[in-house]
Amino acid sequence: MDLNKKFTPETWPEHPEKATLEAKNKFVGFWLFLGGETILFATLFATYIALKNSGPSGFGFSTQELYELPLVFVMTMLLLTSSLTSVFAMYHLRNYNFKKMQLWLAITALLGLAFLMLEVYEFSHYVGLGFTFNNSAFSSAFYTLVGTHGFHVAVGLVWITLLLIRNAKRGLNLYNATKYYTFSLYWHFIDVVWVFIFTVVYLMGVIG
Amino acid sequence: MSSVAQKKSFGATLWDWLTTVDHKKIGILYFLGGGFFFVIGGIEAMLIRWQLHKPDNDFVSAGLYNDLITMHGTTMIFLAAMPLLFGFMNAIVPLQIGARDVAFPFLNSLGFWMFFFGGLFLNISWFIGEVPDAGWTSYASLSLASQGHGIDFYAIGLQIAGGGTLMAGINFLVTIINMRAPGMTYMRMPLFTWTTFVASAMILFAFPPLTIGLFLLTFDRMFGGNFFNHEMGGNTIIWEHIFWIFGHPEVYILILPAFGIFSEIFSIFSRKRLFGYPSMVFATVLIGFLGFMVWAHHMFTVGLGPTANAIFAVATMAIAVPTGVKIFNWLLTIWGGSITVTTPMLYALGFIPSFVMGGVTGVMQGAAPLDYQLHDSYFIVAHFHYVIVGGVVLAILAATHLYWPKMFGTMLNEALGKVTFWFFFIGFHMTFLIQHWLGFWGMPRRVWKFMPNQGWDMANLISTIGAFFMAIGVIVLVYNVIITSIKNVKVANDPWGDGRTLEWAIESPPLYYNFAQTPLVRGLDSVWIEKMEGNASGLTPAEPVKDIHMPNGSIIPLLMSLGLFIAGFGAMFRTETEWGLGVLIFGLVFTFIAMAARSLQDDTGYYIKKEEILRDLKRKGGQN
Repeated sequence: MDLNKKFTPETWPEHPEKATLEAKNKFVGFWLFLGGETILFATLFATYIALKNSGPSGFGFSTQELYELPLVFVMTMLLLTSSLTSVFAMYHLRNYNFKKMQLWLAITALLGLAFLMLEVYEFSHYVGLGFTFNNSAFSSAFYTLVGTHGFHVAVGLVWITLLLIRNAKRGLNLYNATKYYTFSLYWHFIDVVWVFIFTVVYLMGVIG
Repeated sequence: MSSVAQKKSFGATLWDWLTTVDHKKIGILYFLGGGFFFVIGGIEAMLIRWQLHKPDNDFVSAGLYNDLITMHGTTMIFLAAMPLLFGFMNAIVPLQIGARDVAFPFLNSLGFWMFFFGGLFLNISWFIGEVPDAGWTSYASLSLASQGHGIDFYAIGLQIAGGGTLMAGINFLVTIINMRAPGMTYMRMPLFTWTTFVASAMILFAFPPLTIGLFLLTFDRMFGGNFFNHEMGGNTIIWEHIFWIFGHPEVYILILPAFGIFSEIFSIFSRKRLFGYPSMVFATVLIGFLGFMVWAHHMFTVGLGPTANAIFAVATMAIAVPTGVKIFNWLLTIWGGSITVTTPMLYALGFIPSFVMGGVTGVMQGAAPLDYQLHDSYFIVAHFHYVIVGGVVLAILAATHLYWPKMFGTMLNEALGKVTFWFFFIGFHMTFLIQHWLGFWGMPRRVWKFMPNQGWDMANLISTIGAFFMAIGVIVLVYNVIITSIKNVKVANDPWGDGRTLEWAIESPPLYYNFAQTPLVRGLDSVWIEKMEGNASGLTPAEPVKDIHMPNGSIIPLLMSLGLFIAGFGAMFRTETEWGLGVLIFGLVFTFIAMAARSLQDDTGYYIKKEEILRDLKRKGGQN
């Protein structure tokens, strides 16, 4: 593949993310990977549901007292918005508008970073209350489920940062278009998982 | 593999193998790695049988016996059976679908090295003297109480190896979905490709639960987690569920490719199209689906209640239906065929009665009330060895003979192959048939010694003698491999003479780009069709000779796996040594840098020039 081949919005393929065989392979492979990730999170959800509110005798924490929905609501909005901005970026990818794509992806990354900071704050707040990882089965399950999601966000941030910097000077080609596109798939996936965390962990924790 | 033989230095050859992304070479690496661990697991089995050959034996201690059974099971499943099957999948599946490589050659290499370093990590426990000892299932109630680092070796080693397996699964799925030659529709794919496809889909959905289970175990043991610790609100049954949600599909992941291998063999050596091909495909998919629905039949005695037990009992017995369909299809493939009893065919013929016996005892255990009686007895040991050895291992041995010429360019000696078969086959039945009765007579599994005069003495002795027969069979096979490699008599494209699928229409071993021209597939058993219509080459090209795109080799997969290997030791010794945390961080950073290096460099591969392909074609007389 010729990395230096220049395109115009007219010659740029309609689906640049799967315009070559290698790209098609990555595209399908990444979808399958996300299928595996779904099962991975499903296992963590099942474990969390089984161990919710469970601790040693005299255990003093419950989901009702612990979680604070306003903070979680802000986090949810940040992440959902970041998914929207990544959609804008993909729109510009399809239209071969490199600058705007980079801009929207940078905004996506910043929103993701803000989300992650709030999550760190949330965790440290709980730890301050004595709700540590080692405190109980409930705490282990909570930190592992939500933390695994947070870890995925962090991985996504490193990924997109490297991608933005690496390609800053050279624009779009059929080689890196797939990379940008799979990142956006990943980012949507993280968002979907968060929707489930918001529902199963926080909403059902406070209300249910 | 250029036409002019070039003498390469040892260093260059080694570097070539360490950095290879060629699916044929990675297939051989898997085969060698899996073979190595197969021998280790076999030695462990022999030690177990020697300990049990007479009552009150003091050959090994109780603790060492626990180490041996745990490592035997873990090694054979994860480090021998799966990699050996992956070896054949790598070597053969891309050829069967007319592809030049797998979809992700780099990932393929990474998968191999992660398996290899994971296996190495697990086995280093022998040298440290703290070996996994909670059984291959590593139930949390046992594994949390286990002293020393044995279970940590298990959890981290399998985590690394399991990651490699998941990559291999995704890789085969994408390869089969995207890279089939023109005309190779799904319903024209050879059955080994079909079973690889379904087994890979099962890997994709079965291995993530194992990943999570091992992480939870690691957290509990090394980082103060409380998932399985009931004193802190945890629940030990969670591990059992997670393990078997992975573990039951895992045995189908092993047996489906074995079914595929036997389907190829029956068809080739009966000179007939596989009977009921569409029903074979359907049965494969159905087994793959049902494989996820039955995990709790391993937990009938846990106390999930009669409703759960009944549901899982029925689901379990339902699997006998598609499996029965397969058995009858194989029998009807042989029926009326023009049969040649070669070594692979011998294995295939031996497989049918052996596997049916294992299947029938499986249905017996599927009946929950009976399972209460059979649970944790030698009947269980007999059953799963009948399906794993009588199914998977026979398939691996059969495939070793069948595909040896395609992988190495020379034939294994047929006479010695038949000697191996008879020793192994008789030894196998001698070892495990009697264990059904040992179970009925009340002998529990996983005990390191038994008292004399309970009626078990003779049966155990017979079983041990059988194990030695199997060992002799394997030694003859190794001898066979050595002498045929030394003689190295080159063979033609189709040494068996009746190859039906694309891999038999190209050189043995194939050139590194496999097909000079991508073939056109006009039906099931494409090569057979071409030959019947008078096309001696067996191939109709679908494209003119042109430049071929190939991937570059890379050392990065090995480095990434090495980083994880190092990090594993750091995680394990984190709490008790000063260097532990540092080593953990170093290993992870090392892996991350290797990953970043891979991401940041543009690696778009290279092109083989048309002239070179034309030159190769000319040397071979114009054929592929």
